Amino acid sequence: MSQSKGRIIIAKPGLDGHDRGAKVIARALRDAGFEVIYTGLRQTPEMVAEAALQEDADAIGLSILSGAHMALVPRVLEILVEQGQAGLPVLLGGIIPDDDVPTLKAQGIFAVFGPGTNTSEILKAFASAVASRRAAS
Amino acid sequence: MALVEQVLDGDRLALARLLTLVENDDPQGLATLDALYPHTGNAHIIGLTGGTGTGKSTLVNQLARYVRQQGIPGNGGAARQIRIAVVAVDPTSPFSGGAILGDRIRMRDLAGDPNVFIRSMATRGALGGLALRTRPVVQTLDAAGYDWVLVETVGAGQSEVEVARTAHTTIVVDAPGLGDEVQAIKAGILETADVLVLNKADLPGADRAATALRTSLRLGPSDSEAGNGGWQVPILMTVATEGNGIAEVVEAISRHRTHLQASGEWVQRVRLRVERELRELLAQTLLASLLDRQPEGAFAEIVNQVEERKLSPRAAVAQLTQQARA
Repeated sequence: MSQSKGRIIIAKPGLDGHDRGAKVIARALRDAGFEVIYTGLRQTPEMVAEAALQEDADAIGLSILSGAHMALVPRVLEILVEQGQAGLPVLLGGIIPDDDVPTLKAQGIFAVFGPGTNTSEILKAFASAVASRRAAS
Repeated sequence: MALVEQVLDGDRLALARLLTLVENDDPQGLATLDALYPHTGNAHIIGLTGGTGTGKSTLVNQLARYVRQQGIPGNGGAARQIRIAVVAVDPTSPFSGGAILGDRIRMRDLAGDPNVFIRSMATRGALGGLALRTRPVVQTLDAAGYDWVLVETVGAGQSEVEVARTAHTTIVVDAPGLGDEVQAIKAGILETADVLVLNKADLPGADRAATALRTSLRLGPSDSEAGNGGWQVPILMTVATEGNGIAEVVEAISRHRTHLQASGEWVQRVRLRVERELRELLAQTLLASLLDRQPEGAFAEIVNQVEERKLSPRAAVAQLTQQARA
């Protein structure tokens, strides 16, 4: 048995209760042949990083609609570094103001997707995230 | 081979990496598992199986949480730290090869505990309720020093009995309203139960479902005939979402282990499993080496002949094995 096309954590950190977007992406990734570990609503940054560690994920997809991304995202990245998982690609989707994107990218976010992004574009980004992760390890 | 030491040392990142290598049949992963093999054999492997939506993941969450807080009765209680690993299996899509592994959703109470390790696996085409490489993954967790390895199958129907061949103790989880009394006496997973749990026992129809299970067990051979060394399969009622009945399930698991060890059945089950594993590995290896030795295109040609009905499958096999011997 060869490896899977990629193991991806899909998580919703923070308190907003709308996970339709996350589920649509999870489903699209599944249909594209990825193994998606879906962790559900109201995850803390610690829980997301821990899941990525235990599952040996190739990438993390975060969905944040609450506006708390500037607090949650740096925290997730910080814990990943503490755990020795620096360089694990983190992709972000949700309601993210354009002004925040350069800051997030500077912090190390792999890609940011706003509302209306084409699914195929998101799938492509995950595929290249997995490829970059595997090339690095 | 630094990976071996890292895993024995409790390095969780190294363990997670190794599990991936083992799951992918990576040569480095398999060599590491070979080196770890002497360290296996200490974990109590507990399988949980049952229909879709009976509450297996929620039950795993509660069992692990309870044991982490209270310990195991008769085993030093809360004073002794029990380290727990969970292997949760979900199905791979037969169309895309992808999977959504969602069992962690119900296991959020276990987050943040460094002595709990949860790993999700996709079946990757295996039938029988487990993933293709669940067994070596369980072995790896055993070697890494986890005291309990809880193995949760995919939502299983009637014939997904593979977990009983992997676990020391098999828990079959049922819920009210899933079928009549005849469902309960059909052959299959019910027969593999060492412990029967009727979850969602607060739903209407719970009493009737419990009676059906009890009757079905009583229709079987008496315990002395069944050759199970006198183990009486307990039927326990739980409401996993509320944590009701969890202590009783933990107690039954622990009692079953004691029973297996006292009756000599533990050794017997392990021996059977080792033998089966050897046979399977031997079959795989011999098949690979036989196909390897075929001249280029010879196997495809034989497949053609069978397809055109010029050769029966049995005759084809005879021909292939004869060539190999010559």
